[in-house]
Amino acid sequence: MPRDPEVLEPGTLSRRAVLRGGAAVLGGLFIGIELPAGRARADELQAAGAALNAFVHIPVQGRVSLIMPAVEMGQGVYTSQAMCMAEELDVGLDQIEAIHAPADREHYGHPIFYVQATGGSTTTMAWTEPLRKAGATARAMLVAAAAAEWNVPASDLVTTRGVITHPGSGRSLRYGDVTDRAAQMVPPADVPLKSPEQFQLIGTRARRIDTPDKVVGKTVYGIDVRLPGMKFAALTASPVLGGKVSHVDEAPALAMPGVRQVVVLEDIVAVVADNTWIAEQGLRALDITWSPGANATLDQAQLWADTEKASTGPGVTVRKEGDATGKFTAGTPIEATYELPFLAHTSLETQNCTVHVHDGVCEIWVGTQVPGYAQAGAAQVLGLPPEKVTVHNHLIGGGFGGRLEAAPIVTATRIAQKVAGPVKVIWSREQDIRQDMFRPLYHNRLKARVENGRVTAWHHRVTGPSILARWLPPAFKDGIDSDAIDGAAEPPYALGDMLVEYVRHENGVPFSFWRGVGPNSTVFSVESFLDLIAHRTAADPVALRRVLLGKNPRARAVLDAAAAKAGWGTPLAASPFGARRGRGVALMHAFGSLLACVAEVAVTDGGDVRVNRVVVATDVGRVINPDTVVAQVQGGVVFGIATVLHNRITFAGGRVEQTNFNDYRLLRINEMPTIEVELLASTEKSGGIGEPGTVVVQPAVANAVFAATGVQLTRMPLDASLIARSV
Amino acid sequence: MSAISVNGRTYEINAAPDTPLLWVLRDELGLTGTKFGCGVAQCGVCTVHVDGIAVRSCQIPVGTVGQRVITTIEGIGETSAGARIQKAWLDLEVVQCGYCQPGQIMSAAALLTANPDPDDGAIDAAMSGNLCRCGTYVRIRQGIKHAARS
Repeated sequence: MPRDPEVLEPGTLSRRAVLRGGAAVLGGLFIGIELPAGRARADELQAAGAALNAFVHIPVQGRVSLIMPAVEMGQGVYTSQAMCMAEELDVGLDQIEAIHAPADREHYGHPIFYVQATGGSTTTMAWTEPLRKAGATARAMLVAAAAAEWNVPASDLVTTRGVITHPGSGRSLRYGDVTDRAAQMVPPADVPLKSPEQFQLIGTRARRIDTPDKVVGKTVYGIDVRLPGMKFAALTASPVLGGKVSHVDEAPALAMPGVRQVVVLEDIVAVVADNTWIAEQGLRALDITWSPGANATLDQAQLWADTEKASTGPGVTVRKEGDATGKFTAGTPIEATYELPFLAHTSLETQNCTVHVHDGVCEIWVGTQVPGYAQAGAAQVLGLPPEKVTVHNHLIGGGFGGRLEAAPIVTATRIAQKVAGPVKVIWSREQDIRQDMFRPLYHNRLKARVENGRVTAWHHRVTGPSILARWLPPAFKDGIDSDAIDGAAEPPYALGDMLVEYVRHENGVPFSFWRGVGPNSTVFSVESFLDLIAHRTAADPVALRRVLLGKNPRARAVLDAAAAKAGWGTPLAASPFGARRGRGVALMHAFGSLLACVAEVAVTDGGDVRVNRVVVATDVGRVINPDTVVAQVQGGVVFGIATVLHNRITFAGGRVEQTNFNDYRLLRINEMPTIEVELLASTEKSGGIGEPGTVVVQPAVANAVFAATGVQLTRMPLDASLIARSV
Repeated sequence: MSAISVNGRTYEINAAPDTPLLWVLRDELGLTGTKFGCGVAQCGVCTVHVDGIAVRSCQIPVGTVGQRVITTIEGIGETSAGARIQKAWLDLEVVQCGYCQPGQIMSAAALLTANPDPDDGAIDAAMSGNLCRCGTYVRIRQGIKHAARS
């Protein structure tokens, strides 16, 4: 992973306002940034007019440009970010144009991560206030300019839909009329923001601004970029993870009409051709000898076993309250382990990147969650200063964490370095899976003592690699990966004496963030373990959780809402899919949001699981766009069901065993449950919503299968052979 | 050199006859609304209409198309079913990342043309070849029903 050349060293973080995030923000850090007040550095601002700050550009004529620091990958943030700015600026969403922010950390660095990144369900938490402030500041400057022009007090002026009016005289003008004058002014500090009662956009079901182009095929994703003289490249990496090219005869490919070039790198072979199909055929024609290297014996059973072994070895203490260990010796604890597999991202837009290296500069066309890392990675390959690398960012055909790494951009740049003219490198689905950086394999070891229906001691040990140590080094502190333990360190329940530990264990398989991040493993494990405790103590799973939530009324309200909506405790309807039926519950507090989920499943005699119904209740704090929250929960639930039922990446002989959607199954529409979502009204601080649906549904489904079969499966995904009738 | 008819327009093409229609549309004609997702007819993002039938363009050699009429996402709005599906997709905010939606819309438009009032079983049968990683299936189903009523 190339480092952002300007990334802060750990020591320098302390000079900034570093706050410990109570609500388990990814990374656990909050770094305050000054609102950039300089002129916008966003690309593509053609119209004459003024940039009033880094986020708001008011042209003399035409639409207001709003610069989007967080990228749109389906999660709705172009609309929600625009709503925040437009609310305070007093313009309509139909009057604005959304512009991708360029690679520029100083202006568009993430207020939590500091690097320029979109992820971890943090956009609303991180950007709502800065963007509202940007809109309000721009409005104040425009109003001040109008007031100066008319020689009236600014407080007498009103604004609506980009027009400033002086009711006393009936005069009015458009923002564009005073934008040049406003740009000469010193931006005022501490402009007041609207109170929630004044909101006209925030909290409404505003229409998404990115969808009209998407339904007519006009949206240009990275993979759709077309440039004059562009060539197309297909590539392959070694079938064995980390293998190197030993020998390749280029002749069979070069003999094919339309093939222009074979590029051989240490670890990659690419064929450059006149179209993608010819490039792919050229690649297939090659006989490549690979040197497999150290991973030739990498095997899934060994990976599970090594992690299991590490989980009993030395770790670091994340949280210690009371004497859990002592309490276990005094009684008989309940124990269990939960294991989560490697997972691929499989966005439908495969990895791709178009690069043109020429005349001492490099241009990149891609959809990325990390434009700064992309720029730095390409610059490092080419030995260029970062400012010589331009990243043209695009809407993303599915992120899910798969575009939080610069690796594919680095690979494409290494290929493009050897090609004259622009080249679009497209990963086939098979290569997208093989070369992915996977959701890590995680192991969770839990132990609890239960006395009189209450948990009096709790020990949770999380074993897995540290993504943050590589991706955001300042956030990896005291040997603790705050993402890996998110959801374990601060569960919403009262669990008595607490001991939470982290064991960093890395096994040579590339790993990165994946939708749901750390809580996918920790919350799955905590919620599964609570159902095991309920089972062992003959308690109802909802009743047990209610007892443990006695001091957490906010969480309890969410749990109660889901249970009531789902009809918890009432008989389950018959299902055509299987005679064994069950209902499962789960609760999640992470990303600043609270979600509870009840899932209903039917299990066939053969052990196949069908999810029939999913009910989710949420308290995500103050909502920007309620329809987006519902959409993200619906989508997250689908993502999570595929995960718990079907998904795993496994290794044999160092090779990824999965190749395409035939053996890495996504959920299809004919497998869909009904999904009901209830948003509880809340005035709490806004939380994130991209990940939570995925996190909370997985244990709910697993618990429902436990209820239906009496068997708790502890290694994901659910294995039909272990819950077939004959077992 | 041969010719194909796409969205009512005739295009001269250079691609070899075994080239999948998908790559002719995308790389040669610049009609990039039709997407690549798997190359093996598992995901449906490359769905187009050939004589009104929804097919996976990654599996259709361009040389087999002949005089048949190809319609893509860029042209489906000219048909009644296509226009109603696109409007329903906006009315119900079906779309998230949007990458699979050209294929979803092409499959849904073909369904609606063949069956003006599809029930859940018909929707499952027509749409189960179209994957959506964002998980918009709840709204795709609602959107088809909404379009059928419009």
